[in-house]
Amino acid sequence: MKKRSLLSQAAAAPHIVWSVLFIIAPLLFVAYYALTDADGNFTLSNFGSLFTAEYLEIFLRSACFAFLATVICLVIAYPVAYFISKTSPKTQKLLIVLVMLPQWMNFLIRTYSWMAILEDTGIINTVLGWVGLGPVHMINTAGAVILGMVYNFLPYMILPIYTSLSKLDPRFVEASADLGCNAFGTLLHVILPLSRSGIISGITMVFVPSISTFYISQKLGGGNFDLIGDTIERQFQSAYNYNLGAAISFVLMVLIIVSMTVMNRFGEEEGGVVA
Amino acid sequence: MSYTKRLNKIYAVLIFIFLYAPIAVLILFSFNDSNSTGVLTGFSLKWYRELLSDEATMTALKNTLILAVSSSLLATLIGTAAAVGINKMKNKYLVGAVNTVTNIPMMNPDIVTGISLMLLFVFVGGIVNSSNSLNFWTVLIAHITFNLPYVILNVLPKLRSMDRHLPEAALDLGCTPLQSFFKVELPAIMPGVISGLIMAFTLSLDDFVISYFTVGNGFETLPIRIYSMTKKRVTPDMYALSTLIFIVILALLLLSNFVGERDAAKKVGKKKGAKK
Repeated sequence: MKKRSLLSQAAAAPHIVWSVLFIIAPLLFVAYYALTDADGNFTLSNFGSLFTAEYLEIFLRSACFAFLATVICLVIAYPVAYFISKTSPKTQKLLIVLVMLPQWMNFLIRTYSWMAILEDTGIINTVLGWVGLGPVHMINTAGAVILGMVYNFLPYMILPIYTSLSKLDPRFVEASADLGCNAFGTLLHVILPLSRSGIISGITMVFVPSISTFYISQKLGGGNFDLIGDTIERQFQSAYNYNLGAAISFVLMVLIIVSMTVMNRFGEEEGGVVA
Repeated sequence: MSYTKRLNKIYAVLIFIFLYAPIAVLILFSFNDSNSTGVLTGFSLKWYRELLSDEATMTALKNTLILAVSSSLLATLIGTAAAVGINKMKNKYLVGAVNTVTNIPMMNPDIVTGISLMLLFVFVGGIVNSSNSLNFWTVLIAHITFNLPYVILNVLPKLRSMDRHLPEAALDLGCTPLQSFFKVELPAIMPGVISGLIMAFTLSLDDFVISYFTVGNGFETLPIRIYSMTKKRVTPDMYALSTLIFIVILALLLLSNFVGERDAAKKVGKKKGAKK
């Protein structure tokens, strides 16, 4: 019997070998390149050069944009998810498909399409022109970049929140109302805490791609708003400084791990207060 | 009450307009007479004709499909076997370690996954003195790598919720372990395997960032072609292509929804029959 169990455990062996070769080894290479110079000698100068005003500004901007996009997504998505979870099961299914459907279109094309909408001679300004307004300058602004993030990643916020709301036992809401809580109190003390897991995974799924994007900022920011992703992309695809690129990627990973830890801690504390 | 209900509905409609505005623009301008993406001048199908005669785009489409099919099939194979193995593991530290590593590509930003694999391939390529260290095989490896966690994530819950006595019964009745797997376990976890396969296929189809860093010059996928085209000004034949893809996906979704409902109806029927 034991032999048989060992044998079936061995089914995971190809995956484990694969993970070591193509997940762990590549990450070690990131660390290796980040800590060496072009000749392969050990150096800390790659990290050192990141502590300059230029790079600090980029890191700060990326974190700010990603934070804003995440907050906006959360504020927009929560009511939508709540609304969907309150419809009939059949409608729920349809609405969730409708939420995810745009994600199946290539995101480069969707982002490019926003250029056509936001441009100075674009669709919004054409329409504004008809009623004698504008033109309003929208493209190549910070707002346009954040809009691109919100647009592209909003479904990843709606979906997990919807999932946790649809699992929420309606009797809790009823009990809260019976015990004299008004609608707002119920939302704050019952519904929000019970959908925390959905909120947290939504935040992760929006924040991580937002802070690491490079296409959105290039297209909708017109190259005026360099983000971490842009700098990494440049090191690997045009500047060919793999060592610096690896160091920036390393910092990006650390930044994400730190923000996720802080958020999880925050989430737990919130839960503690409510409980 | 009905006032807030109406407000809710209006809000939801607004959000859906926001989600679909760029897609509507795409579809609208794919039928445009001129190559402007700001002004509609007249109806025409010329971008669709142009698309079909654009060999580079057609090759990219073919490449994308080859890559998506092969990477999703291989990832499903390795991932399903892995899920079976992980499910049998007793040592909780081992399970924890395997799960953590498996989830890395899902948690890491795509750009980091992309450049980390690129560094590995470039380094190994440098050792074996290969002139093009990035090619179809490297991008295939990359796609399998980021598809694996999604396959495992879909299969593992099915294994855990399966009745443990079923494979035991099969063994007691004289099945070999392999027979028991193929005749009892696999059919039970099939829905998970299929949804893992579909998820892997669509992720692979849509991936740009990881492919961008792990593919060489000789092999162009559709997202990469779109990227190089959006560096200049996109011509509406890309819009035409996106419109066609959108229609295909819509049709597939409707179909799968239809099949799903039919299956659900069948299951209900079966259960009712069993109760009798």
